[in-house]
Amino acid sequence: MAKRIKNIAREVLEAPDLSPEELGEDVMLDIRNLTVHYEVDGDVVEAVSDVTLQVKKQKTLGLVGETGAGKTTTALAALNLIPDPPGIIKQGSIYVCGENILKKRPAELEKIRGRDISMIFQDPMTSLNPVFTVGDQIAESIRLHEGLNKTDAYERAMQMLEIVGIPRTRGAEYPHQFSGGMKQRVIIAIALACNPRVLIADEPTTALDVTIQAQVLDLMRDLRTKYDTAMIMITHDLGIVADICDDVAVMYAGRIIEQGTLDEVFNETRHPYTEGLFNSLPNIHDRQARLKPIPGLMPDPANLPEGCAFADRCKYATDACRAARPVQRWVSPTHMVACTAYDDPDFIIERSRKA
Amino acid sequence: MSDVILDVKHLKKYFKTPRGMLHAVDDVSFQIERGKTLGIVGESGCGKSTTGRAILRLIEPTAGEVLFDGEDVVKMSKQRMREKRKEMQIIFQDPFSSLDPRQTVLQAISEPIRLNKILTDRYDIEERTVELMRTVGLAERLINAYPHELDGGRRQRIGIARALAVNPKFIVCDEPVSALDVSIQAQILNLLEDLQDQLGLTYIFITHDLAVVNHFADDIAVMYLGQVIEKAPAEELFTNPLHPYTQALLSAIPVPDTHNRPERLVLKGEITSPIEPKDECRFAKRCLYANDSCHAKCPELAEVFPGHFVACSEWWKRQVQ
Repeated sequence: MAKRIKNIAREVLEAPDLSPEELGEDVMLDIRNLTVHYEVDGDVVEAVSDVTLQVKKQKTLGLVGETGAGKTTTALAALNLIPDPPGIIKQGSIYVCGENILKKRPAELEKIRGRDISMIFQDPMTSLNPVFTVGDQIAESIRLHEGLNKTDAYERAMQMLEIVGIPRTRGAEYPHQFSGGMKQRVIIAIALACNPRVLIADEPTTALDVTIQAQVLDLMRDLRTKYDTAMIMITHDLGIVADICDDVAVMYAGRIIEQGTLDEVFNETRHPYTEGLFNSLPNIHDRQARLKPIPGLMPDPANLPEGCAFADRCKYATDACRAARPVQRWVSPTHMVACTAYDDPDFIIERSRKA
Repeated sequence: MSDVILDVKHLKKYFKTPRGMLHAVDDVSFQIERGKTLGIVGESGCGKSTTGRAILRLIEPTAGEVLFDGEDVVKMSKQRMREKRKEMQIIFQDPFSSLDPRQTVLQAISEPIRLNKILTDRYDIEERTVELMRTVGLAERLINAYPHELDGGRRQRIGIARALAVNPKFIVCDEPVSALDVSIQAQILNLLEDLQDQLGLTYIFITHDLAVVNHFADDIAVMYLGQVIEKAPAEELFTNPLHPYTQALLSAIPVPDTHNRPERLVLKGEITSPIEPKDECRFAKRCLYANDSCHAKCPELAEVFPGHFVACSEWWKRQVQ
């Protein structure tokens, strides 16, 4: 009897496979109606609910939202790495390069992870092995997935180090000898070394200064054109999104609340939360302007309100918002917003009024 | 006459490594006026946090003077230092690891009050803690909560309250918002700004986020491998950057705007090692304009316009461009 990943609901495993036609051409990563629960002591946290995403060859999707919005859970699901327990994939399908990875056996997953899909994890402090030199750690993944011999793999590892801005002489050092930002660069080097076809980067440049960040983003751009890589960039830096992404999905409390092309989300912003994110940023052109944070905090994901999860922080909220979950509304073939205020055909948020 | 609260002169901090001395902070000098904010920016590992810590003597400087209200912090006795630390505080980057997980909010915020014997009566201490919680925008009901029950923004507010508990004049903010979400980041930045206005605080604001520092600081010092390579009022630095590293930094800021994308200067080349560096410009290997003279001698920080300092022997060439 083949071993299977346990934390996947029966309905997910028994759902019929999508045909290549249904998946569409050039789609490297296809997530449909994904719902992930964390069940702890009888409490159910709906970390991700009904998320649908697609990333095509050479394209980058920006996944934006604050801590706890479900960005990382979505990413982990795409690698079939949801921690078990407490995570359970309740619903949905995930296709990586045309294969439904939720139906794969662990041995098959080992091959898919790294060759087809790879992830840059957020926390540089815990992602490296303290007892191996960073050079060996980069070389290890190259040896495993590219089949190079030890010397060639090490040489390639040193090149990767230089690409991420670390002198090759430091390849023989151990992780504790590096600062946080440098460790992050090592992790990026490991993920990029294997030229994955789908790359998920979870806040890859948060700890880096902007010149190195620019280099890393350029590196990702190169990778994208050279190897047809499809990318998901998880970030809360809208500057990076504007820089590298083609499409944007904004998550809040486990759901995608706005989704569209870069141009649509930035220049025809619809959701009040997206607007709030823009207002929270310091304005480079007007340094005196006071920041306008979104008041309050995201609700506890174990205890989400009946209606719109953002309503308590939203200045446009009405009773209708608190009564029921907003429905997804398509304002163009590519632009979706989930906001009840648009029941009123004249509703328009301030940011769009100015534009 | 300007009212200088902090005057740092030729501050150095070297660390011993198996391959020689690592020059983490190498001859850094600057002044801050009372009530102002100096932003220190630079990449990870450039010595900005070490500078902040050496000023407070959380690590002992190798050489140099740190004059705080005219008195050299480096030469103070242990006891005097303890006294003086009440006036000089620090807010750390990571609100997740800088709090004791077994202390409640009350214990965490009142700890500096108790240790420094600012108040001794239990009720006075509690009253002061509640007052501090109000100042930093923490709801009073959280007084008995533990850090793990709180989100990053609230934890950072505890860090700020702890720093404020001893009525400091000067606070080193070491990446206080880097670990926070954008919407929470703006809340904390506004709080720090309000506190500065209310309490007349002086800040050193250490960050790698240029958009944040531009918003927050009066003056900005740019550090590169242990040295200050450019220093100017924020507006001047952003409109007229003279050092090629600063220019590259500014051009690399990701702008959340899909129109007018800036032309980026992407740096290439190897980063000079901070271990036993040669007497040459430390940026030369990555510099687009470097020539022989840059490799001959390390340029000194010189005032080229009033208030605008730059450590580059060739700055005027690019000025003409």
